[in-house]
Amino acid sequence: MKNLIRYVVTRALLTIPMLLILLTIVFVVVRVMPGDPVSSMLGGHAPQSVIDQKKEELGLNRPLIVQYGDYLMQICRLDFGESMILHQKVLDAIGDKIPATIELTFFGMIITLLVGVPLGAYAADKRRSAQDYAIRLYGIVIYCIPVYWLGLMLQMIFGVWMDILPVAGRTGARVFVSTFEKTGFYTLDTLLVRDFEAFADVMLHLVLPSVTLGLVLSGIFIRLTRANMLDVLKSDYILAAEARGIRHRRVVYKHAILNAFVPILTMMGLQVALLMAGAVLTESTFSWPGMGRLLLERIYLRDYPTIQGIIVIFALIVAFVSLIVDIIYALVDPRVRY
Amino acid sequence: MKYSPTSAMGQLIGRMTGMGRKYGVEWWILVIGAVIIAAIIIMALLAPWLAPYSPHDQATGPQLAPPSGRHWLGTDNLQRDVLSRIIYGSRTILGVAILAALLSSTIGITMGLISGYTGGFMDKSLSLVMDSVYSFPGLILAIAFAAMLEPGVISITIAVAVIYIPTYFRLVRGQTLSIKEELYVEAARAIGAPGKVILWKYIFPNVIATTVVVFTMNVGDAIMIEAALTYLGLGLPPSVVDWGMDLAMGKKFLPSGQWWLITFPGGMISLLALGFTMLGEGLAEILNPRLLER
Repeated sequence: MKNLIRYVVTRALLTIPMLLILLTIVFVVVRVMPGDPVSSMLGGHAPQSVIDQKKEELGLNRPLIVQYGDYLMQICRLDFGESMILHQKVLDAIGDKIPATIELTFFGMIITLLVGVPLGAYAADKRRSAQDYAIRLYGIVIYCIPVYWLGLMLQMIFGVWMDILPVAGRTGARVFVSTFEKTGFYTLDTLLVRDFEAFADVMLHLVLPSVTLGLVLSGIFIRLTRANMLDVLKSDYILAAEARGIRHRRVVYKHAILNAFVPILTMMGLQVALLMAGAVLTESTFSWPGMGRLLLERIYLRDYPTIQGIIVIFALIVAFVSLIVDIIYALVDPRVRY
Repeated sequence: MKYSPTSAMGQLIGRMTGMGRKYGVEWWILVIGAVIIAAIIIMALLAPWLAPYSPHDQATGPQLAPPSGRHWLGTDNLQRDVLSRIIYGSRTILGVAILAALLSSTIGITMGLISGYTGGFMDKSLSLVMDSVYSFPGLILAIAFAAMLEPGVISITIAVAVIYIPTYFRLVRGQTLSIKEELYVEAARAIGAPGKVILWKYIFPNVIATTVVVFTMNVGDAIMIEAALTYLGLGLPPSVVDWGMDLAMGKKFLPSGQWWLITFPGGMISLLALGFTMLGEGLAEILNPRLLER
C-alpha cells in the first residue's frame, strides 16, 4: 500500500513538467508565431493608433517573458481571460461546450470497445483462419478511412437516403433543452427529469456521431486485443484451464480476455489523443456543439484567447487521463511500481 | 562487408522476392499497397494528359450533374469536372504528405541520433519535450499551427510535419541508446574514431532500416491529417485543388443528395492512406516479423 501511494505521488509529480512543456508550446504557437492577432482581429485596415491601443489593453506589447509568466499564472488560477470578439469569459464558453464533447467521446469509446475487443479476441482465437484475416483487413481498412468521411457517408446513407437518423446537433426541434438542462450531459439530464421522450431523442442524435468515432478507433483496438490475446492464449494457465475440461469458449472469452484486458487498458490511455482528434473532426461533421467545433469557430473569428484556452484544456485532459490510466494500471497490476 | 545503400537495397529486394511465397497474405498486402500508391503517383504525374478538363474550368457542362458518360464522376456546383479535380488533387495531397514526412523524419532522426548519442541533461530534457508533444493530439497541434500560419502549401507541410517529429525522435533515440553499447561501436571508439564518424558511419546505417516502415505508415497518416486540415478549411488557399477542400465543399450538397461530391474525394483519401498503410504493414512483417507482434 505504501508503495502504491509513493507510485501515485511520483506519477502525479511527473505530470507537472509534461504539462509545463505543453503549455509552453501552446504559448509559443499562439503568441510568438508570425501573424498579428490584433490587426487580424480588427480586420487588417485599422489605423495604427487603434491597434496600439488594443495591444496595450490586452497587454500584448509587454516583453514576451512577462507575458509568459502572466500566462502561466492565469492558468494556475484557471483564468483564461476574456474572448477578444465576444464579451464572454473563455472558461464559460468552454464550460458550455465540454459536456457535449465528453458525452460524444464516452459513447464513442463504448462503441470502440464493443466492436474492437470481441472481434480482436475472436481473431486471436481463430488465428490464421479466413475469419482472422477478414477481421484484420477490416482493422486496417477502417483505420485508413478518415473519420470525417465515414461520418459524411453514414449521414448520406442513414440520414438522407434512408432518412431514419438525425445527422446534426444534439437534439431535435421538438425537444426544448431548457426544460431539462442541468449538467450539460443531455443523456443524464433527461433521465434526471424523467423526460423519456427527450432522452430517446438525445440518444438518437448520439447514434451516428458516436458510431462514426467508435468505428474509426475500433481498428486499433482489434489489433491491440488480438496481439495481447495471442500472448495470453499461449500461457500455461490457459492450457491448464483447457486441461481441466473448461469449455473452450469460456476459457477464451472469460479467462483469457480478462487477463488481456490490463495491457488494453493502458493502450486506452494512449488512444486519448486520437479520441480527442477524432472528436474534433466528428463534431465538425455532425455540427455537434462541443469543444472541437468551438475551437474551429473561434479560429475563423481569430479569437486568440479562446483558441489558447481550448488547446490548454485539451492538454489538461490528455495529461489527466494518462495519469488516471497509469494509476488504475498500478491498482490492477501489482507488478507496476517505480 | 562495407555498407552501401545500393547493396542494402539489392539485398532487401532479393529478400523480399525470396520471402514472398513464405509470407503469404502479408506479402499480398504489401503488393496491393504498392500498386495503389504507384497508380496514384502515376495519376498525379500524368494529370495534364489524363484529366478530361482543367480542374479550374467552370464551364465543363451542367451544374451538379450526376456521373455520366461525359462526366464520369459528375460535376460540382461551379460546373467543374469532379474527375479532373480528383486527378489534379492527387498532386497536392501526395506532395504535402511526402514532403511533410521527409521533413519530420530528417529533423526527428537527426535529433534522435544526437540526443541518444550524447546523453546527459540535454538528452533528458529533449526526451521530455518530445514525449509531451507525442502525447498531445497531433491533429489539434496541426490545427493550431495551420491556423497561425498564412494559408499555403509550405504552411500546411510544416503544420503536418511538426506533429511527427517526436515519433522519429523516440524511435531513433531508443535504437541509438542500444546500438552505442555494441562492441563494434566501442571498437571504433578505441581506434580513435571521432564522435561524428561513429554517429554517421556506425550508428546511422543501423538505425535507418527500422525507420523505413515508420516512414511509410507516417505518409499514410499524414495524408489523413492533410485532408483533415483542408476539410476544416485550414492550411490551403481556395485556389489550390485539393481532395479535402472538395470534400468540405461537397458536404454542403449532402442534404440535397449530390452523393458524388463527397463519395469520390473521400474515397480517394481513404484509398491513398490505405495504400501507404498496407505497404507499411507488409514491410513491417517482412523486414521485422516481430515488430507488429505477428
